[in-house]
Amino acid sequence: MTDSGNIIMCGVGGQGILLASEITSLALLKAGFDVKKSEVHGMAQRGGSVIAHLRFGRKVYSPLIDPGTADIMVAFEMLESLRYIHYLHRHSRVIVSTQKIFPPSVTTGMETYPDDIMDKLNANKFKVYPLDAFGAARETGETRTVNMVIVGALSSVLPVKEHIFIKTINERLPERFRRVNIMAFSRGRKLIQSAP
Amino acid sequence: MSRKNRFMSGNEAIALGAYEAGVKVVSAYPGTPSTEILEYICTYDGVYSEWAPNEKVALEVAVGASFAGVRSMAVMKHVGLNVAADPLFTAAYTGVRGGLVIITCDDPEMHSSQNEQDNRNYAFAAKVPMLEPADPAEAKEFTKLAFRLSEEYDIPVLVRSTTRISHVKGLITPGRKDKSRVKPGIVKMPQKLVMLPAHARGRRIDLEERMKRLRAHAETFSENRIERADKKRGFITSGISYLYVKEAFPDASVLKLGMVFPFPEKLIRKFAKSVDEVIIVEELDPFIELHVKAMGIACRGKELIPAIGELNSGIVRQSVTKKKGGKLFQPPEMPMRPPNLCPGCPHRGIFHAISRLNVFVAGDIGCYTLAALKPLSSMDSCVCMGASIGTAFGMEKALGKDALGKVLAVIGDSTFIHSGITGLIDVVYNKGFSTVVILDNRTTGMTGHQPNPSTGMTITGESSTMLDIEALCRAIGIKNVQTINPHDIDRCFNVLKKEINRPGPSVIITKSPCVLLPEMKKRKDRTLYQVLTGGCNGCRACLRIGCPAIEWTPLSGKEAVRLGFKAKQKGYSSINSVLCDGCGQCVSLCKFGAIVLDKGKND
Repeated sequence: MTDSGNIIMCGVGGQGILLASEITSLALLKAGFDVKKSEVHGMAQRGGSVIAHLRFGRKVYSPLIDPGTADIMVAFEMLESLRYIHYLHRHSRVIVSTQKIFPPSVTTGMETYPDDIMDKLNANKFKVYPLDAFGAARETGETRTVNMVIVGALSSVLPVKEHIFIKTINERLPERFRRVNIMAFSRGRKLIQSAP
Repeated sequence: MSRKNRFMSGNEAIALGAYEAGVKVVSAYPGTPSTEILEYICTYDGVYSEWAPNEKVALEVAVGASFAGVRSMAVMKHVGLNVAADPLFTAAYTGVRGGLVIITCDDPEMHSSQNEQDNRNYAFAAKVPMLEPADPAEAKEFTKLAFRLSEEYDIPVLVRSTTRISHVKGLITPGRKDKSRVKPGIVKMPQKLVMLPAHARGRRIDLEERMKRLRAHAETFSENRIERADKKRGFITSGISYLYVKEAFPDASVLKLGMVFPFPEKLIRKFAKSVDEVIIVEELDPFIELHVKAMGIACRGKELIPAIGELNSGIVRQSVTKKKGGKLFQPPEMPMRPPNLCPGCPHRGIFHAISRLNVFVAGDIGCYTLAALKPLSSMDSCVCMGASIGTAFGMEKALGKDALGKVLAVIGDSTFIHSGITGLIDVVYNKGFSTVVILDNRTTGMTGHQPNPSTGMTITGESSTMLDIEALCRAIGIKNVQTINPHDIDRCFNVLKKEINRPGPSVIITKSPCVLLPEMKKRKDRTLYQVLTGGCNGCRACLRIGCPAIEWTPLSGKEAVRLGFKAKQKGYSSINSVLCDGCGQCVSLCKFGAIVLDKGKND
């Protein structure tokens, strides 16, 4: 990772993607980068598919990532990684939480949830990091820290030192949530570092 | 406030800009992507802020505050300006006392809107200036600047944001507070403020004078600037499109218009002469392009750049160079993930009952518009805020008696107050037999839980007089008004069936709070439901409600037998206890009594 990058964060409304992208942006700013982040509110939420664009560098103009130019994708849900695959280029890194959330057409039995998502990702040249983020969050005793596990994983491939992230989490979160979220962050970071 | 740089959304920045400008009165109606501006501004000391019943009222309140000599602002989404257009056009004539700024947040690509109109056209049509920032930092500065321009040129000033400014975060530097030179107080100026024809004719001429001065100002306005570089291509652009141009053509010359109306004609001519070719890059309509062409300047714009949807730097680059980008990875066929009504949503119950009626449902704008999607499929039209009642009534007048029992209007509480009331008056006054369902979920849901007059609470959480919707409907002249519980599907169905066939008008109010309201999330007495193992015979009736908590597991013949079902059973339903909100709507759907309270979970 050099001095600039494009990060796509995607998943399902309600998974804490906005907070995750916020913490990541603030840490990058602290590390001296210019950052722009784009998100969508309103009708686009309510359990629907959600995408946030995060760009950093010396000077960032456009807040949107062009298709084919995302250096990193962080998918909070497996199926969503495929939905936004057109944002990736041949050397993109894909951090994908192995959590599955069934869309309505699947829960009502009209369609099936694909079982070859990892194969489809691995068939390309991407560097794929599958992540049991939900499992790691459960180990902290608070499953709502899934998003911070994912931030931890993402942090290890960004040009920002770990202590800057920890400082950012401490500043951004209310005191009673800090300890468990930092625990989740550290678990996420270790999961990636121990990945093959 | 600390002067340290802050990471802020465009909406947060607009609020800060207005605060720094010393704004005193701000009124708005919520609408994506504009809503957060008010939610930020109501936290600043010394600013009165409010949710108005609709955008027209919001602008009228801001106009009144301006007449009283304070800086004021009205905030709305793009379609809100249609509602507020009436006061806008005449406020251009009267002009202002305190600075008057109108924020319009447009939504190219329709992320959360019913159309993607380009509100720059309003600046031209209403003859008022418009500033267009490109990012959150400019959004703050331009808002501040707009107040000064408004007072200096005696005119309301429009500031146009778009989704990719309002909902983008970037670095902001807080600044000093501005002071207006206008003195608050009551000043009578009938020639300026009473738009009788005789006065208005005078103000009409004065408006031309004011716009002439503004046109001259535009030539030297610091935010209309030329960035000289390579002369081969010169781009004229504004707003977010400027950033896409800079990204796609970092070496090209650019004329960036911070004020998109009126146009700096001399500056445009000077720029056009200095480059080999002029290309105009703008999102949506050819607003700048038409003007530049009318000036007789050769240029290309919409023949290259798409006029539909959002742009990005890739689209701008490829449209101009005509070079195709590299091949992209293609997403495979996969299940869609549309937004859905939440588990426990009261709208689901009433709309399931409606879906069994086989009527034309004239719908409206809110979370409940999602009922148009499968499996509820129970909305047949949705045009604009408040349209449901007029639409249903129009169908009824077109079809006469044939429409009895065949048409239904459905509208949310906040939307009814916004612009449904007048439609209901039309029904009564002109002797209709419409049936109107008002979905009262005690909040403005889709935009993120803003209070409204029927919630009895103001934007700052103070309690206030609660609008009584039932009494209002009676006062309008509706004799048959009743309030029912939308979770009780069978009763909803029976009431609906009776009311749609009534030869006179009726209103059915369904009252139950949105499950996402903080007090609903906190409640401890939630009862969970389960599907009795072995009780489910796989009829799938419970799936017709489209609840995210009800899950279907398909079975092969062997699996079915192994689990104790009949061999031909295709699958079974279960309730996901993490998602279940305990509304109980599904219980009545199971004719085999297989959905019951989950004793284990409820003890």
